Amino acid sequence: MTQSHPDAPSSSVSFSKTRTLSVLVENSPGVLARVSSLFSRRGYNIDSLAVGPTENPNFSRMTIVINVEDHALEQVIAQLDKLINVISITELDPVVSVQRELLLVKVSTDEKTRSQVLETVQLFRAKVVDVAQDAVTIEATGNTEKISALLRVLEPYGILELIQSGLVAMSRGLKPGSISEDKK
Amino acid sequence: MSESTKMTGASALVKALEASGVDVMFGIPGGAILPAYDPIFDSKIRHILVRHEQGAGHAATGYAQATGRTGVCIATSGPGATNLVTPLADAQMDSVPMVAITGQVASGAIGTDAFQEADIRGITMPITKHSFLVTKPEDIARSIAEAFHIASTGRPGAVLVDIAKDALQMQTEFNFPKNIDLGGYSPKLEAAPEAIRDAAALIAQSKAPVLYVGGGAIKAEAHKELLKLAELTGAPVVTTLMARGAFPDSHPQHLGMPGMHGTVAAVTALQKADLLITLGARFDDRVTGKLSTFAQNAKIIHADIDPAEIGKNRRADVALIGDLKLTIDALIPALKSEFKKNQPDISAWLEQAYGWRTRFPLGYDHPSDGSVSPQYVIERIGKMSGPDAIYVAGVGQHQMWASQFISYEKPRTWLNSGGLGTMGYAVPAAMGAKVGLPDTTVWAIDGDGCFQMTNQELVTCALNNIPIKVAVINNESLGMVRQWQTLFYNERYSNTELHSKRIPDFAKLADAMGCVGLTCDSTGDVDKIIAQAMEINDRPVVVDFSVHRDAMVWPMVAAGTSNDAIVNARSLAPIWDSQEL
Repeated sequence: MTQSHPDAPSSSVSFSKTRTLSVLVENSPGVLARVSSLFSRRGYNIDSLAVGPTENPNFSRMTIVINVEDHALEQVIAQLDKLINVISITELDPVVSVQRELLLVKVSTDEKTRSQVLETVQLFRAKVVDVAQDAVTIEATGNTEKISALLRVLEPYGILELIQSGLVAMSRGLKPGSISEDKK
Repeated sequence: MSESTKMTGASALVKALEASGVDVMFGIPGGAILPAYDPIFDSKIRHILVRHEQGAGHAATGYAQATGRTGVCIATSGPGATNLVTPLADAQMDSVPMVAITGQVASGAIGTDAFQEADIRGITMPITKHSFLVTKPEDIARSIAEAFHIASTGRPGAVLVDIAKDALQMQTEFNFPKNIDLGGYSPKLEAAPEAIRDAAALIAQSKAPVLYVGGGAIKAEAHKELLKLAELTGAPVVTTLMARGAFPDSHPQHLGMPGMHGTVAAVTALQKADLLITLGARFDDRVTGKLSTFAQNAKIIHADIDPAEIGKNRRADVALIGDLKLTIDALIPALKSEFKKNQPDISAWLEQAYGWRTRFPLGYDHPSDGSVSPQYVIERIGKMSGPDAIYVAGVGQHQMWASQFISYEKPRTWLNSGGLGTMGYAVPAAMGAKVGLPDTTVWAIDGDGCFQMTNQELVTCALNNIPIKVAVINNESLGMVRQWQTLFYNERYSNTELHSKRIPDFAKLADAMGCVGLTCDSTGDVDKIIAQAMEINDRPVVVDFSVHRDAMVWPMVAAGTSNDAIVNARSLAPIWDSQEL
C-alpha cells in the first residue's frame, strides 16, 4: 500500500481510501508504542498519527489516518480494539468532522516575489511567523486539501524547509466521541 | 492504615499471586527478581525450580492446557526475561492463559543499559495479550490481579508483568482489587440473538454442512454443548490440531483432522461443504491451504470470542461473537425451532463424506527393511495408555503422527504447540501437565530434534517427583524438514541429519538425569517396552524408539497449494469418482 496523495482520486486501482480514526487511549506509558507496533506487525500503513491530551488527564486521543479498503478497515479497528489500553475507536467521516493539519513552511523570496507570497498567505488565511532577508516562514492550518493547495501554490517560489503535523480531527455537533460517552 | 499492614512489594506480589489462586509456579531466581524469592520461600505456592526459563514458560503452558487454569512462570530481568520470549509467543498464539512475572532493574536504572537490563515489556508487546511494567510497589497487587483477569478471560492469552527491583523492595500496603474494571477491555460473552437466528436459518438451509471445530471449543469448555449440536445437526465434524479431543474420535460423525496433514475426508468435506459451522477456529493457513481456493462454495458461520478473528482470513456470512459454550447453548434451541419448520435432508452428503472416510483412511506401512515404523510406536502408546492419558507432542512429523494415530476422546488430553510450532515444547509442557494433574499418565511424544532442545527439564522432573514418560521418536534427523527436502528439494538433505542414533545415547542421558532410560529398536519389542515404561511411576522414564528415518507424514497438502491438491501418499492423489471432481 502506498501513501496516497491527498488530492489523488481514491478510487484508482483498489477500493482503498483514506480513513480517519479517532482513538481514545489510556494516558499511560507505552501506549503509542503498542499502537504503532500493532500497525507495523499487521502490515497496516499509517499515513499520519497525531497524539495529544484530552479534556480528561487520564486519557489521550490519537488521530490516525490510514489508507485501506473497507474490509481492512474493519480488521484495523478490531485489532486496535484488542489492545487493553485502547478505550474506543471512532471512524470520522470528513463530512461531519473537523479535520486540521498544521503546516510550517519556509519559502524562498526576493524583492520581486515577496509580495506575491504574502498575497498567497492572505488568500489562504495563513500567517507569516518569521521573515528573513530571502525567506519567509508561513504557518497554516486547515484540512489536508487546503494544505496541499497552499503548497502547490508556494512550490514555484522554492520551498526551503517544510514540516507538517499529523491530522487531528473531531466530530461536529454533539459529542459522540466524548470520553464520558465512550466510558458509558 | 496502621504500620502493621505494610509489607514489601515482594510480599504484596506473593500475596497477590495467592489471592489469584496460584498453586504452583515455575521459575528461576536471579538478581532483579531476588526480593520476590524471599517471600516465595514461605509461601504455600509450590515453586518448581526449572533448569532454563524456556522450560518454566512451557511448563506453565502445559499446566494451563491440561488443567484450564492460568499457568504461571517467573524469571529475572535481562536474559531470564528474554528466555521467556518463545514460551510467551507460543502461549499467545495458542490462546493459553499464562502469566509471566519478571524482575526488572531498579526503576532509576531503567534506560541506562544496566546489568541484566532488557526492555521485556517492549520486546513482548507484539507477542502478548498485554504487558505491564510496574515501578511502584503500590501498583503490584493490582497489576497481578489485572494480569490474571486479562490472561484468563475473553480469548485467553499470555500476559507479562515486569516489576522493577526497587518496587519489590519498598514498603506498601496490600490492596488487592475485588472487582477489575478495565475501561478498554470487556470481552463480549453473548452472541447477538439475531445472529443466532441467522445462523440457525443457514444451518436449516444447508444440504452439506460441516462443523469446523477449533481450539476455542476446548478453551470455552464447550465439548458437551458441541456434542449436542453435532448430534442435533447430524453434520460431519472435523477437529483441528488445536481441537483434537474436543469431539470424540470414536464418534461416527467425526472425520478427523483437517489441514496440511489432515485426513482426506476432513480436508475434502471442508472443500465441498456448502456451509462451515466454524466453532472457535481461525482459518489458519495450515487448515485452509491456499485461501482463495478454500471451501469456495461454502457459506461461513463463524463463532469466536475474538471479534478480530471474524473476517481476518475468510469473510463470515454470520458472525457469532461470544463465549462458545454460551453461543452453542443459544444456538441449539434456535436450531430446534428452525428444524421444526424445515429439517434439510443431508443424507446424500453424509454418504459422500463418510464414503471418503472409508475409502481414504489414515494408514502407514511397516518399513520393508524391518525397522520400526514411527507411526506404529505412537499408535501403540495411544492404545496402551488409553484416552485418559495426556499426550504432549513437540513439533514435526511425530507431532502429526501423534495427532493422527492416537484416538482422543476427551478435551485437554492432547497438548501441542500448534500456532507457533515450537520445537522443544514437549518435555517442559508435559512436566507442567503432570504437575497440574499428578494422577494422570502424561506422555511426551517427542522427536530426537525437539528432545535435544529442552530435555534438561527432566532433571527438574526427577528432582521434583514429576514422573512423566517421554517417547523419543528417533529417526536421527529433523524429520519434517527432511520430508520437505525429500519432496521439494530433490532429496538434498542440507543440515537435517542429527546422527542421534549414535550421539547422544538417550538412555544414558536419561539415566544421568535421574530418569529411567530404555531403548527399543524392534517392532516386536514395542509393546513390551511401552508396558515397562507404564510400570515406572516413581521417576521419569525416557524411551528411545529407534525408528525408520524415511517415514513420511501423509496425507499432505503442500504449503501454499489448494486443499484440492491433497496427496494421500507420495505422488498418490486420491482417486475420485468423476462426479466428485
